[in-house]
Amino acid sequence: MRKLEEQIMKIVMLMASGIIIFILGFILWKIISKGLPSLNWDMVSKTPSGGFYLGKEGGILNAIMGSLMLIFCSVVISIFLSLPVALYINFILNRKSFASGVIRFAFDIMFGIPSIVYGAFGFMIMVFLGLQASLLGGIIAVSLLIMPIMVRSIDEVAGQVPRDLLEAPLSLGATRFEMVKIAARQITPGITTAILLSVGRGIGDAATVMLTAGFTDSIPTSLLQPAATLPLAIFFQLSSPVEEVQNRAYSAALILTIIILILSFSTRYVSRKISKSKI
Amino acid sequence: MEINLKRYQDTMETDPVNVRSGPVSLTKLSYPLLRVVDLNVTIQHKHILKNINLQIPEKSITCIIGPSGCGKTTLLRSLNRLHDDNADITISGSVMVDNEDIYGKNVEVTHIRKKMGLLAQRPTVLPMSIFENVAYGPRIHGTRNRRKLYVIVKNQLEAVGLWEEVKDRLKTPAIKLSIGQQQRLCLARGLAVHPEIILGDEATSALDPIATTKIEQLFLTLRKEYSIVLVTHTLRQARRIADYVAFMYMGELIEFGSANDIFSNPQHQLTKDYISGSFS
Amino acid sequence: MLGITVFGLLILLLISAGLVYKSLPVIRQQSLHDLIFTSSWKPSKGHFGFLTFILSSIHVTMIAILIALPLSLFSAIYLSEYAKEWVKKLMSPAIDLLSGIPPVIYGVWGTLTIVPWISDSLAPHFVEFSTGYSVLAGGIVLAIMIIPLIISILMEVFAAVPLEMREVSLSLGATKWQTIKRVLLLKSLPGVLAAVILAISRAFGETIAVLMVCGNFTDVPKSIFDACYPLPALIANNYGEMMSLPIYESALMFAALLLFVIIIIFNAVSRLILNHITRRYQL
Repeated sequence: MRKLEEQIMKIVMLMASGIIIFILGFILWKIISKGLPSLNWDMVSKTPSGGFYLGKEGGILNAIMGSLMLIFCSVVISIFLSLPVALYINFILNRKSFASGVIRFAFDIMFGIPSIVYGAFGFMIMVFLGLQASLLGGIIAVSLLIMPIMVRSIDEVAGQVPRDLLEAPLSLGATRFEMVKIAARQITPGITTAILLSVGRGIGDAATVMLTAGFTDSIPTSLLQPAATLPLAIFFQLSSPVEEVQNRAYSAALILTIIILILSFSTRYVSRKISKSKI
Repeated sequence: MEINLKRYQDTMETDPVNVRSGPVSLTKLSYPLLRVVDLNVTIQHKHILKNINLQIPEKSITCIIGPSGCGKTTLLRSLNRLHDDNADITISGSVMVDNEDIYGKNVEVTHIRKKMGLLAQRPTVLPMSIFENVAYGPRIHGTRNRRKLYVIVKNQLEAVGLWEEVKDRLKTPAIKLSIGQQQRLCLARGLAVHPEIILGDEATSALDPIATTKIEQLFLTLRKEYSIVLVTHTLRQARRIADYVAFMYMGELIEFGSANDIFSNPQHQLTKDYISGSFS
Repeated sequence: MLGITVFGLLILLLISAGLVYKSLPVIRQQSLHDLIFTSSWKPSKGHFGFLTFILSSIHVTMIAILIALPLSLFSAIYLSEYAKEWVKKLMSPAIDLLSGIPPVIYGVWGTLTIVPWISDSLAPHFVEFSTGYSVLAGGIVLAIMIIPLIISILMEVFAAVPLEMREVSLSLGATKWQTIKRVLLLKSLPGVLAAVILAISRAFGETIAVLMVCGNFTDVPKSIFDACYPLPALIANNYGEMMSLPIYESALMFAALLLFVIIIIFNAVSRLILNHITRRYQL
């Protein structure tokens, strides 16, 4: 009787796992089969001509460049903000102290805020600063979105640094700041992982850029111009009546998926290097 | 899982159920003998147990002694097939319980394990109440009658001397007990499924001396009905309670005999050295 | 470093303050009770009732959890307790991948596969007509999005249950499944609940994936095959209007504030319940 129950549950479990793998395969297959046919050199090297919604010619270079520019700037800004916070709550404050816990808690809340709220907040700031829909607006929103992700990611790695590593420099007469620099070097792979994770999140998010970066056919030449992004390129062009425009959407989807695949494997690779080089 | 214990406490006084605090009578086979035949265990290509041949006498305490790393724990855990889930382990040879090879082809593992109660080094109570911990074994084997369960729990707790201490808080989480009490609870839990053999893996090494004495006293009482195999980390404990001693070294069984023989007249040089304290 | 940390914390405060500030106009115009509990949505007349959107969000999230939880739970148990090493090594990157796929891709896939499937194959059995853009579509897409999240948390939680505890159960003669059912799941209960809470938060706040498959229709849905309009979709679809009508802008900011507050309250309450359960049952 008990054996029977076990056998039945085993089958249920296998089915559940199988369904999940199947869905992953299905999604990837669908994206590849729709996007691959339209993916050619033109697609990635030209901007859409004749308007992104109806124009038959051209490709998605506007979105590719827009996304790359946006995520690059956002990561730079965010690292500049997140790294100090993570270092502060781990190496200056005692990791277990109340203050450290409170700060961590606050960033946990920010981690859970939906991206659309960051978009709305970005919009508010833009209005306040008198900005129009622009690359800069998108950068502000995405930087805020990825900051809690970075803080949490670096915080996790920083917490694994053994206490002796922190105390040794101090006992040799180093200043706190110098000790922090040593600790920071120790967690460099962790910082890399944090960046990779944040890029993955930031580049694929539509809600933040929808309200802030606008959309355009061209590649922005200044921070104040609107910028196209891959997620919005997909969203806006998917429902177009023109088939070529739809194909642009599918290609953008495929490119975005490929980027994510690369990021995913890179993250695993870096993580493995971290665990191998653990003291 | 909530049981109205008060109700059953009352009925117990007026309506006694036929109860035994010992094992179910072993009518099928004559001796609950445990025999290890040519047992070899390899873990990740390291030959841990080498050709172990051992016979555990019934209704007695056998202590397995030896320096750390000699394979005592591996041997003990092979006796109730706890290595089954470990993919890195290969086992050859046989372990005969009631003349049945527990590593045989069509053997039902849960049936085997029920015959052996294992008391681990660190008392591990299940995340449930005291009552539920002891009732866990009978429950998973199908006993559902609340009255029966209550009786079983009471008997086993009495057998380990815990009943008076916990009878008023049977529903409270077991984790709140002291470590010594927890270990006795684990023993009661193991006894509740009426095993034939009790295995102890350094069962008192995590306890203070008083708690250790209590457990040792229990073993001495229980050996009248069970075969007890204890891996012990101190020679002193073996001297105190063992009827038989098995000495292991580097994965081999060096010597086996009655406690008297081994301690006063060891045959093998290694045994002599170990007992005299030359190495540990 | 301290300065930047303070700046970071300030951002959280700024977000809350900003949202509240921008929502004030519409709150002043209609009472809070009126805004949250009525469902008439007439922006041109300046009348806003958010109930439909709140309910849509709740419905879609509930369906997502209903689908995702059993699948994730059984998968996680299998991977953690039964699967051989090579299976784990295969599934692990797969799960990571699923969790990394951007929501917009799920939206595309949902539009291409789920929506037609519902309208052509599934719905005809139950209702007269369905475009496929529905509560159900939103729920399915969200479910797939939160499955990897739940699985990864559950696997961590299961791994934290000591091996000794499983061995205790097995030594008493329990089968593996009995051990899982009676010991593992019991001991991991707080972790499982935490995973569910996180998943619900994620699903509730997801914008683009749901937006693309839910239909964006303001009437109250009569069945899961009807279109719906969750809260994030409301904001995303109408941000263009924010420029023209200031009261509309305030209403949408209020929607964002609602989202923000609901998620925070939900997380806080769940955390309290979790602490209570853990303490009371000493899990």
